[in-house]
Amino acid sequence: MERTLTNFIRALRSSEVRVSTGEALDATRAVALIGYGDRSLLKDSLGCVLAKSDQEKQVHDRLFDLYFSHSESQADNAASATGNEAEDGASQPPPGDLVELLQSGDESAISTAMERAAEAAGIDDIRFSTQVAYYAQQIIKQMGGEGLQQRLLEALQGREPGDEAEAQDLIDLRRDLTMRARERAERAFDVFGAGETQQFRDDFAAEKRLNALDRYDMERMKGLIAKIAKRLAVKHSRRRRKRNRGQLDVRRTMRANAGLDGVPFNVIWRQKKKDRPKIVAICDVSGSVAQYVRFLLLLLYSLADAVPDIHAFAFSHRLKPVDDILADNEFEAAMAKIIRELGMGSTDYGQAWSDLKVEHESIIDRRTTVIVLGDGRSNYGDPRADLFRDFAQRAKSMIWLNPEGRSQWGTGDSAIPRYLPFCTQMSHVATLKDLERAVDEVLSAYG
Amino acid sequence: MAKDISTGYEPLSSIDAVTAGLATVGYISTREISTAVFLAHGLRKPILIEGPAGVGKTDLAQSLAKWLSLPVLRLQCYEGLDEGKALYEWKYGKQLLYTQILKEKLNELIGSADNLSTSLGKLASFEDLFFSEQFLESRPLLTAMQQPAGSVLLIDEIDKSDEEFEAFLLEVLSDYQVTVPEIGTIRANVPPLVILTSNNVRELGDALKRRCLHLHIGFPDAARERMIVQARVPDVSDILLKQLVSFVQGVREADVKKRPSISETVDWARTLLLMHTTALDEEFVRTTLNVLLKHESDIAAVSKEVPRLVREATGPDKAGRTASGYPELG
Repeated sequence: MERTLTNFIRALRSSEVRVSTGEALDATRAVALIGYGDRSLLKDSLGCVLAKSDQEKQVHDRLFDLYFSHSESQADNAASATGNEAEDGASQPPPGDLVELLQSGDESAISTAMERAAEAAGIDDIRFSTQVAYYAQQIIKQMGGEGLQQRLLEALQGREPGDEAEAQDLIDLRRDLTMRARERAERAFDVFGAGETQQFRDDFAAEKRLNALDRYDMERMKGLIAKIAKRLAVKHSRRRRKRNRGQLDVRRTMRANAGLDGVPFNVIWRQKKKDRPKIVAICDVSGSVAQYVRFLLLLLYSLADAVPDIHAFAFSHRLKPVDDILADNEFEAAMAKIIRELGMGSTDYGQAWSDLKVEHESIIDRRTTVIVLGDGRSNYGDPRADLFRDFAQRAKSMIWLNPEGRSQWGTGDSAIPRYLPFCTQMSHVATLKDLERAVDEVLSAYG
Repeated sequence: MAKDISTGYEPLSSIDAVTAGLATVGYISTREISTAVFLAHGLRKPILIEGPAGVGKTDLAQSLAKWLSLPVLRLQCYEGLDEGKALYEWKYGKQLLYTQILKEKLNELIGSADNLSTSLGKLASFEDLFFSEQFLESRPLLTAMQQPAGSVLLIDEIDKSDEEFEAFLLEVLSDYQVTVPEIGTIRANVPPLVILTSNNVRELGDALKRRCLHLHIGFPDAARERMIVQARVPDVSDILLKQLVSFVQGVREADVKKRPSISETVDWARTLLLMHTTALDEEFVRTTLNVLLKHESDIAAVSKEVPRLVREATGPDKAGRTASGYPELG
């Protein structure tokens, strides 16, 4: 039964439940302690040992039901199944038996045979949904499907009176068998393949260019961005400390030097907690970035979730704070609202900067990081780089995430070269991966 | 069970034995909780309990200790907790005092030595004396390791501690040993049963999670909550018990900031008992709502719902009997 457990753990891993070798050993020990006998007890115990969060527990419970629903029959025949594993080929029922077996209607015998065939077909290696049909066929073959086929052919060609009825029977049997094998293969795919397929698609989406994403990808993207936002939030939520020289931490110094007879060789200073990142995010929602708008807003939305005190603004020609909209609405609604109120007009960076200057300048101080999401295409209007310079002088850093590549900066109405000297960093963000890296850098800048 | 694992305890016989055992000390367990305890005991692994405040996470540790007659050592975590407060500290005062006493005897002791190296050698023997267990102030973690018959170590609200401390705990949790540089490694003869609780203030590190069994305790269903209240407040009458539990269950479904947990239900039951209430009525619920809800806005929100909730809680039960016509069961 060790094998059953290992395969189950593999299935868990493919569904993004990270199970270390140590945990796998613990699971083995837990199973040794409680045994395979009680299904729900086993489920509780493995959930306890293998899953490390509520979310993982849900994945675990779902997979457990899927996985152990088919090994139920295995468990019943545990002794014979494990004993025969080595000589599986030899113990395979001869072709004639398959028809008899199916005709007998002995459920447990049929499923045992199918389990064995599935194992021999290497079903646990299934990865993609397109492989279901192939594996179903392999299962039938392993069960001796060729014999069935042979007999069916003979019956079809036969001239005797009973042949036609027999052929019909055999066709029915074959259909049932095919369906069962398919079901079995699909279940294996749910257990072993679904997670990896998901992972594969996610990886693919993360690498895909943002302007090439279609609606279907967008749905996936939402999940991915939420995941990234969570990861970033966890990574950057810890309080930062700053050494504050000049104030001695007497207790800790004494302790650290206790081994040195209390002579303070190693001096420990009191530490001061540093503030969490303070971020002002400004997002361009004008027509020129129409392809990216959804995505930029999604990022803004996730950032607002991840960083507690973020100030978010959006503009096309007038600039407005959108914190409330982001906080009060689900993403779809928030996006619709922002675009309705502000979006898709002709861009005017100059106007946006002067709005920011007049109404919100006080929120930018030397602890603030300003993130601009936009392409810097300002319809040949005055880019007001002087205002931008003022902000840059006030702020801790200015970071520009640009959906356009470097080669396009400065072409046409792009005012990027005017802003570039005042940016701490200007990043080309074309894929989700770029984006994660860029945001990570932004947040790390506080370290 | 593998032979090389010695837990140092009598093995627990079954999951049901755990449930029954905990029940004897007044802790109403569920199957999940008992399974986790059984495994923790058998595998010698810590349990990490997550869940909302006041659902009996800390209480599980206390009850477990009571049932197994083991001492319970509690380490309350907070920001800035360091090993000095969790593990051990030298008794500086005592060391200083002894040094002072020794100083006067110093001449006598090294007087006979005629050169530097002999006197140094004599002094060195005292140094070891000063950094011995005699001068060691043991804190919860070390105390737990030193218990001869084992113990229950409760590390409460681990999510409030710093990440450095979490990393420091890893040695303690996986090997059940602690290292004091001046003395050496102290290993627990009988490893303590470790229970960590977390309210999810921050995400815990993977390394820590990996070393623990994970258990989530949520709000109980009505039947279990009734049993818990019954166990904690045995004097409460059946009819009131039924009503107050179904009222609390109703409040939990409402849109409130902080949902009342078991401890609040128990407090409320005590309140009702103290005021000699026999059945819920609107007026009374309104005046004692502050026991159940801890936010002004929650109280305001639920106040509006009180008539409905009380009606539901005291409404006719399945047998069609009304609250007022319900015979007193004692």
